[in-house]
Amino acid sequence: MNIYVLMKRTFDTEEKITISGGSINEDGAEFIINPYDEYAIEEAIQVRDANGGEVTVISVGNEEAEKQLRTALAMGADKAVLINTEDDVENGDQFTTAKILAEYLKDKEADLILAGNVAIDGGSGQVGPRVADVLDIPYVTTITKLEINGETVTVTRDVEGDSEVIETSLPLLVTAQQGLNEPRYPSLPGIMKAKKKPLDELELDDLDLDEDDVEAKTKTLEVYLPPQKAAGRVLEGELGDQVKELVNLLHSEAKVV
Amino acid sequence: MARKVLVLGEVRDGSLRNVSFEAVAAAKTVAEGGEVVGVLIGGSVNPLGAELVKYGADRVVTVESEKLAQYTPDGYSQALMAVIGEENPEGLILGHTALGKDLAPKIASRLSSGLISDATAVEVAGGNLVFTRPIYSGKAFEKKVVTDGLIFATIRPNNIAPLEKDESRSGDVSSLSVDIKDIRTIIKDVVRKATEGVDLSEAKVVVAGGRGVKSEDGFEPLKELANVLGGAVGASRGACDAEYCDYSLQIGQTGKVVTPDLYIACGISGAIQHLAGMSNSKVIVAINKDPEANIFKVADYGIVGDLFEVVPMLTEEFKKLKVHS
Repeated sequence: MNIYVLMKRTFDTEEKITISGGSINEDGAEFIINPYDEYAIEEAIQVRDANGGEVTVISVGNEEAEKQLRTALAMGADKAVLINTEDDVENGDQFTTAKILAEYLKDKEADLILAGNVAIDGGSGQVGPRVADVLDIPYVTTITKLEINGETVTVTRDVEGDSEVIETSLPLLVTAQQGLNEPRYPSLPGIMKAKKKPLDELELDDLDLDEDDVEAKTKTLEVYLPPQKAAGRVLEGELGDQVKELVNLLHSEAKVV
Repeated sequence: MARKVLVLGEVRDGSLRNVSFEAVAAAKTVAEGGEVVGVLIGGSVNPLGAELVKYGADRVVTVESEKLAQYTPDGYSQALMAVIGEENPEGLILGHTALGKDLAPKIASRLSSGLISDATAVEVAGGNLVFTRPIYSGKAFEKKVVTDGLIFATIRPNNIAPLEKDESRSGDVSSLSVDIKDIRTIIKDVVRKATEGVDLSEAKVVVAGGRGVKSEDGFEPLKELANVLGGAVGASRGACDAEYCDYSLQIGQTGKVVTPDLYIACGISGAIQHLAGMSNSKVIVAINKDPEANIFKVADYGIVGDLFEVVPMLTEEFKKLKVHS
């Protein structure tokens, strides 16, 4: 089976966020594989191990994403592709990324494409469905279970807490929700092997795209931090009195009940 | 500049979701005096058209088909694209719900349009329609505009106030007949796991439990409190990992992001991943035995104590309050 995973290198949001020069300050920050993409990578490896085939992990970004692609290879992916847009794209958006990925994938005859359902930095969750639409293949988002039986695929999808069981077929794009699996840590032999696995680097030119083809359709005007919250009040006294006071405060002061 | 703006209303269990009325309010801002047209898609949705009008839509277009009784991206995109073809709108607003998140990117791709996801506010500024949205799990915000295509956004539930319901408003409810063709994802079964009634992402009150609830049964007092307040129950990752509850209840960096009016954290330490899912709630109450727990740093009000003592007392007090008011 020909399996592809769409992976994003993201800022670890456990990091403290600061702003400099109108954008998020990335100096010295820790970068990780987007956690939802880790589920996608793990699932891809499991599907390959059960059905045979090959897992290729693709990322659109700059050369720094090589580190996360190597991690995916160390987890067990077979190949990695970096589409390096550093020289060509200054302010891309979800259209930009989806267009580039779809252009790369259009002649690859992918059976299954997996992605995270959302990236924890930008948080839009658009790229997966956009790619599926351009490739004209069905998609299922926020999946928690994937069963492949020949051409038939049964997927369980999380819908705001409820579960939908969906029947569909390959080729297919799915986006991973938490609960799909438990992503493995790269093993030491895995890390050693990953160094020898192919990691190709492409630019827009290699996909016959130029900057205008992928120009963003949205623009960010401003990035800012939320106002600091004043420290709250820890109530004191008899527990019963605290509870009465709290209900009173929520009713009369905060006016939320 | 007056624009025509479409709003996709969302139906759940036979009635319109709150976020649909919020979307109408957002569409009013985007329309700048132009027409707001509600769109309802489903098996039988015509009777709900009038309701959308009472919340501010000027008129409503419905697309009904047995094939649309359940949401599928193929079915709904065909229906919505048919309405867009008919109406030629300049703006489009959906709720940032499971449905909106799934459908909007496909529509944006069909239209070759920009899309701003998960907006928490919209305003006219400097001749532009500027959307505000949280990024980095709510630790920062960005202001964004669409530069190509429709003024197209999904809005986060509970953030944009709906317009007051006006019983006297009336507007045309017309239906568009669409021949729904290929649907490539077939829903075989729906397993209801979510808390009865109140949807976690739309709830005005969320009562959440952490490791401190200690067991599956430990969630019972939280459920009672949530019921009294008409709210929903949520959980931290710790509680889910310990199998005290289903992952569908998880709030945090992975899991759901909620912004209720009132968030009551019970036995939750306040790990940074959890805060990412709830720190933008309007009022936060923390109940924890450990006075050093991180959750107190983001809480507006805190009680240091055993949740199994405090929560039932709170439930009783709120019951009294409800009787009096």
